[in-house]
Amino acid sequence: MAKKSAHIEKAKAYTGGTFKVSIKRQATPDAPSKTEVFDLPYRSGLNITSVLVDIAANPINASGAVTTAIAYDSNCLEEICGSCAMLINGKARMACSALVDTLLAENGKGEITLAPLSKFPVVRDLAVDRSVLFENLKAVQAWVPIDGSYDLGPGPKQFPQIQEQRYPLSNCISCTICMEVCPQFNDDTNFVGAATIAQALLFNMDPSGSVLKEERLRALAGDGGVQECGYAMNCVQACPKQLPLTQAISDMGRDVMIQQVKDFFTI
Amino acid sequence: MAAVPRIIVVGGGLAGLSAVIKIAEAGGKVDLFSIVPVKRSHSVCAQGGINAAKDLKGEGDTVLKHFDDTVYGGDFLANQTPVKNMTAQGPAIIDLLDRMGVPFNRTAEGLLDFRRFGGTLYQRTAYAGATTGQQLLYALDEQVRRHESEGRVTKYEGWEFLSAVLDSAGVCRGICAMDLRSMEVRTFPADAIIICTGGNGAIFGKSTNSVVCTGSAQSALYQQGAAYANGEFIQVHPTAIPGEDKLRLMSESARGEGGRIWVPRKKNDPRPAKTIPEADRWYFLEEKYPKYGNLVPRDIATREIHQVVFDHDMGIDGQPMVYLDVSHIPREILEKKIEGILEIYEKFVGEDPHEVPMKIFPGVHYTMGGTWVDFNQMTQIPGVFAAGEADYSIHGANRLGANSLLSCIYGGFVAGPNAMTYAKNLPAQTGDGGHAAEKVRQMEFNNILLSNQGTENPFKLWRELGETMTRHATIVRYNKGLREADEKIVELLERYRNINLTDKSQWANTSFAFTRQLYNMLQLARVIVQGAEKHDESRGAHYKPDFPDRNDEQFLKTTMAKYDAGSDAPVLTYEEVDTQWIKPRPRVYTSS
Repeated sequence: MAKKSAHIEKAKAYTGGTFKVSIKRQATPDAPSKTEVFDLPYRSGLNITSVLVDIAANPINASGAVTTAIAYDSNCLEEICGSCAMLINGKARMACSALVDTLLAENGKGEITLAPLSKFPVVRDLAVDRSVLFENLKAVQAWVPIDGSYDLGPGPKQFPQIQEQRYPLSNCISCTICMEVCPQFNDDTNFVGAATIAQALLFNMDPSGSVLKEERLRALAGDGGVQECGYAMNCVQACPKQLPLTQAISDMGRDVMIQQVKDFFTI
Repeated sequence: MAAVPRIIVVGGGLAGLSAVIKIAEAGGKVDLFSIVPVKRSHSVCAQGGINAAKDLKGEGDTVLKHFDDTVYGGDFLANQTPVKNMTAQGPAIIDLLDRMGVPFNRTAEGLLDFRRFGGTLYQRTAYAGATTGQQLLYALDEQVRRHESEGRVTKYEGWEFLSAVLDSAGVCRGICAMDLRSMEVRTFPADAIIICTGGNGAIFGKSTNSVVCTGSAQSALYQQGAAYANGEFIQVHPTAIPGEDKLRLMSESARGEGGRIWVPRKKNDPRPAKTIPEADRWYFLEEKYPKYGNLVPRDIATREIHQVVFDHDMGIDGQPMVYLDVSHIPREILEKKIEGILEIYEKFVGEDPHEVPMKIFPGVHYTMGGTWVDFNQMTQIPGVFAAGEADYSIHGANRLGANSLLSCIYGGFVAGPNAMTYAKNLPAQTGDGGHAAEKVRQMEFNNILLSNQGTENPFKLWRELGETMTRHATIVRYNKGLREADEKIVELLERYRNINLTDKSQWANTSFAFTRQLYNMLQLARVIVQGAEKHDESRGAHYKPDFPDRNDEQFLKTTMAKYDAGSDAPVLTYEEVDTQWIKPRPRVYTSS
C-alpha cells in the first residue's frame, strides 16, 4: 500500500506589500475570545509558524497597539511532530506546512484567519488540550506487550506485504485533525475518533501485538466505539499524513462485530 | 534511601524513554518531565535509520568494523570504550525494537532490510521508510504508556526543567521545574535525575532541530557546576532545505538509496536541471571520493559543498545551493524507501523531487558535544546523569549518519540502571536537601524578568545570536570571527538585562518561557565559540583554514568547559581521550 504522493498546486504569486492575519485569541480557558488583526510585511516563503514568530518579535497589532505574542503549540516545523494543528482559513491543518503564498491565493482577499481547533478545550490563543487522544491510546492498549527490554533475540519474521500495510498506519502524528473534522466526534457520542481506531488496527496486525487483539476489539465495541462512525469521510480527506483511515475503520468495524458475536456465544 | 528508588527523567525522546523503560522494568518509580507531549519530541525528526552490524547482507560486517567506522568517522576524539560497548549492543537493540513492533522495511524473506549510510562501506542501517526516528520514538512511547497505565511512570508533560536541586554537599536531590501553563515553579524530590534533553540547534537560529532544542537544561547544569565537553563540535548536515523559519533535513538516506549531488559544470547554467546532459554535470563528491562517493562523512560533504558554492562560485543560479538528485531512481523504489522525506520537500518547496532535482544546502544539525559524563553516564554532579544528544560521548568530532538513534537508546539503557544503582546506595538527605533555596533562586530570576522595564525584545536578541553563531561558528571558522562572536554574545547578555516582556501574564506565557531559555542559550554559546577559538587545529566538524591539519600531539583531548561565576564566563581545561582500543591514524576517505 504505497502512499500516493501529494500533488501540490503552485499558488499564484502574491503581489501586495503587506497581508492581514486575523487571529482568534483567548487569554485563559475561561476567558471570552476576541479577534486581533495584524498587518504583516510580506516575504515569499513564509509559513504560518514563521508568521507567528514574526509577531512575537514585533508584537504590534494592526491598530498600532502593543500586544502579546500568540500562544500556540509547535515543535518540529516539518509536519512530523503533530503539534501545530489549528484552523487556518477555517480549515483544520498544520501551521508549519501551511504556506502563506498558498493561503493568500486561496481566499483571494490577501487575508488569513487563524483560530484554535474547535473540539478541544482552549488553553490559550491557538493552543488547545488534546490529551484525550493519549488517554484513548491507553484504553485500546496500543502497544506490543513485550516480555522485557533485555536481549531475547529477533522478533518474528514479517513479510514485506504486512510491513507495507502497517507502516502507513504507523505514520499517524497524533495531530487530532481527524477528530476535529469528524461530525461524530462530540460529547453526545463520545466517539474515540479515527486515530485511535487506526492505532488499534496497527497493533492487531503485528504478529506479537495481536495477542491483545480481542481486548482491543472489546474496547472499541459499544458506546463511543467504532460503530459511532457515520462514514462522513472527512477524516481521510483532512489527514495531513494521508492515513487510510476509513479503510481502517471499516476493517475494525468488521472485526469488532465478529468479536461481539463470538463473545455472545461464549460469555 | 526509600525502599523504592525515585528517579526523575528529563526529556521524552529516545534517550529519555529508553531510560524510563529500564527503570520501570527494574522496579523503580519514574517521574518523566517533558516540555512537549513526549510523542512530539525531536527524535521524531530522525529520518534515515539506525546502525547495527547484523550483517544480514552477507558482506562480512562485524561489530568491530562498526566500532572502527564510528571512531574513525569521529576523527578519534571520542572515548573509545563507550563506543565499543554501544556498537556491541547494536544488534540486540535492533532486535528489541523489532519485537516492539517497529515497522522496519523487510526483505522478501521477511527479515530486516538494511541500507548503506555515510562513512561506511557496509549496508548496516535498518530503516522504516524515511521516518525511522518517528517509528522508534513511537515504539518506545507505547512501551512507556504501558508502564504509565500500570502505575510505574508518572508523566509531567508541559513542564520545563529549570535546574537541579543540590544539597549542601553538592549532591542532587531533585529538580526545580516550571509548569508551562500555570507558570508555577516547584521542586520535585528524586534520588537521581537523568537529563535527556537533546541538542542545542536553536543557538544557531535556524537549524534542522525542533523548537525545544535550545540546550537550556545542559546550560543550567553547566552553570551549576557540571562540565560541558567538546562544545565546539557541531555537525552541519550537508543536505537541508533552506527555509524561512528552519532548515528542513533531507536525509542521508536519499544518497544511501542512490541520490547524487551535483552542480552544472557551467557557472550559472540557465537550463532547467533535467535538460542538462550528464557530460555537463559536475558530480564533485563522486569525482573526488571514488570509493565512498556521495556517502563520505557529513563534515566532509558539507565542506565540499561549501567550497563549490563559495570558493568556486558554482552554486545553482549563483545562489548558495546545489542539486541533490533522486529523479533517476524508479518511483516505486522511492515510494517504498524514502517517501516521507520527498513529501516534506514537495510540501515545503512546491516541486516534485521524483521529477526534478532538489535544491539543498548544509544546515546546523547535531550537537556532538554536551554535558560531560563518565562511562556510567553520570555527570560531574553526583546523582545527575545524562544521555543521548545532551551528553558528549560516542560521536567525537563528527557523528556518522544513523548512529544517533543507536547512541540515544544505548545511553538511556546505560543511564537508567546506573541511576538505580546509585540511588540504592544514596545516604538519606539532611534537612530539606536544598529544595526551598533552589525554588527561591528560580523565583527571583522570574521576578526580575517580569519586573524589567527595558526596551529589548527577546526574539530579536535570539535572531542576532543565531546570525552571529551561523556566520562565525559553523562550517569554516577563523579566530578573529570567533572572538567577534564572543564579544557579540557578551553584548547580548548585557542587553538581556534590558529585556521588556510585553506579556507579563502568568498563564501559558510562551514568550516568558522562551526568554528564560534564551539566557541559557547565550551562556552556552560562549562555551561553543571560546572552545572553537582556542582549538587551533582541524578535526572532524571543526575546521579552521589557518590550521588545516589535525594535531594529535596538542589536541587529541576532550575540551572541558566549567562555569566560573566570578567572571561569568567559561574556563577551559583539557582531558586525555581513551584511545586504548584503536590507535589513532590519519582520516582519509579519498582512497582507503
